[in-house]
Amino acid sequence: MKYATPAYAVAFLLLLAAPFFVYPVLLMKVLCFALFACAFNLLLGYTGLLSFGHAAFFGAAAYVAGHALKVWELPALAGILLGAGASALLGWAFGSLAIRRQGIYFAMITLALAQMMYFFFLQAPFTGGEDGLQGVSRGSLFGLVDLEKDINLYYFVLAIAVFGFWLIHRTIHSPFGQILKAIRENEPRAISLGYDVARYKLLAFVLSAGLAGLAGATKMLVFQFAALTDAHWHMSGEVVLMTILGGMGTVFGPVVGSAVIVTLETELADKVGSLVTVIMGAIFVICVLLFRRGIVGELLALRKRT
Amino acid sequence: MVEIFGVPLPALMGQLMLGLVNGSFYAMLSLGLAVIFGMLNIINFAHGALYMAGAFLAWFGLQYWNIGYWQSLLLVPLVVGAFGIVIERTMLQWLYKLDHLYGLLLTFGLALIIEGLFRDQFGVSGQPYAIPDELSGALNLGFMFLPKYRAWVIVASLTVCAATWFAIEKTRLGSYLRAATENPKLTQAFGINVPVMVMLTYGFGVALAALAGVLAAPALQVNPLMGSNLIISVFAVVVIGGMGSILGSILTGLGLGVIEGLTKVFYPEASATVVFIVMALVLMVRPAGLFGKEK
Repeated sequence: MKYATPAYAVAFLLLLAAPFFVYPVLLMKVLCFALFACAFNLLLGYTGLLSFGHAAFFGAAAYVAGHALKVWELPALAGILLGAGASALLGWAFGSLAIRRQGIYFAMITLALAQMMYFFFLQAPFTGGEDGLQGVSRGSLFGLVDLEKDINLYYFVLAIAVFGFWLIHRTIHSPFGQILKAIRENEPRAISLGYDVARYKLLAFVLSAGLAGLAGATKMLVFQFAALTDAHWHMSGEVVLMTILGGMGTVFGPVVGSAVIVTLETELADKVGSLVTVIMGAIFVICVLLFRRGIVGELLALRKRT
Repeated sequence: MVEIFGVPLPALMGQLMLGLVNGSFYAMLSLGLAVIFGMLNIINFAHGALYMAGAFLAWFGLQYWNIGYWQSLLLVPLVVGAFGIVIERTMLQWLYKLDHLYGLLLTFGLALIIEGLFRDQFGVSGQPYAIPDELSGALNLGFMFLPKYRAWVIVASLTVCAATWFAIEKTRLGSYLRAATENPKLTQAFGINVPVMVMLTYGFGVALAALAGVLAAPALQVNPLMGSNLIISVFAVVVIGGMGSILGSILTGLGLGVIEGLTKVFYPEASATVVFIVMALVLMVRPAGLFGKEK
């Protein structure tokens, strides 16, 4: 991968320049979902665990950060970190339950636990129920940078996203990441090599949940509200879709997938109304039947062949 | 008036019956999931959507085509079952050699499509379905009034579950099915057409979901979201019971329904989450599930 470093540099420069050409709020939404999908991919693509409950972490962090900003009036960064921390803690609780079963059961357990959280958010006093937490002010960064301005917030969100990607990139390419891949490829072999597989899975789960939370809290800051849709199972499905559409187990796949899905949703929302769900479902079916490697995965395979 | 823990007996019994009704739906759906998983190695996420489709077809029938409840009970499962066979032939059959998760993802996509189409047509409000004349009204049992329709749902679904159990465990066709679940290649070598059995199994499992949908139509409201809310609870039921045993699925389904009903009486705030809490507890104590086999 001798082109990797220049490619990252070009991508970063493009992202720096992007808000002058594209509506910054859309870009921020893409960045948040890209981080969310990358965090999810750490689990599905690199550890081989399909979590169908990642909306719980996304939503929980949004609520915690929203509450911290609105009621406790904490600064933006502290609120976001608090949200991500809460999600990591929740991930630890869910993860230690879910890793007791494997394969398809793992997916069902995470889905069920996330649904439990959904009902909890629906009823809990601090979430605002059906209305959600609205009108959260963005505040400022260290009292210096006014985040109410979209362009300032964009660079803040970009910094958070780059930090998240860097962390995921480091994890994937560390010895720890190699062990995760070994577990994905052949769990019994990893066990027989003496690795405490359950511990590694749990750690990957916590990391993924925490980063998903980072994404959720950041998205809350961008849109200034936290709502039940963030924690709904549709959201869990959406992040799965972004990851497989882009290409699971690839570094850039989830970024591409989330950019495609978010753009598609934004474009289609006014035109087709509730048929968006149908289109998402159709993309799911097509992905699974026709190109399981996803967009980036197929491109990589194409390059390998030539 | 007789009271138990400060709750009047009729109220308690009423919720218990409602719990059993819900439990019957859990049982029928988790049974279908288990039978499908056994043969196809696929968790059918579309199960809830097809249950909803079953309820809607019954409603359509009554509204537009003058097809009554009793005819629906027979016709709707056939129609949905046939639809299931089409899905199996055109999509699912290409996934059997792949990782389990692809089956889940594909059927999740199907669930989104089906639910989205119904939502687009009907919004999220419920459509009422009248209880058939023969089953309206209630029986006075002395200590409670028992709505006839609820009793019918419980009896009917238990009968269907028992018949399914009998067909799989005690008949020749069932023995082929069990053999094909255990070792498809060897079964095929004995001259049994396994792909056709797989196809019919999916059709049957899906028909079971549709039948549950028809039974549910008069008891609950017919609503495009009724399936997805139910299927996640059914997943929890499946995790609690394990998919190894048919009797296990039925008992777990009913049991969870009763627990949910009792929670509604004694601690209503937790009634939506109690199934998931039980699941978490079972995972802590017996990770393989109550009736599951340790691998």
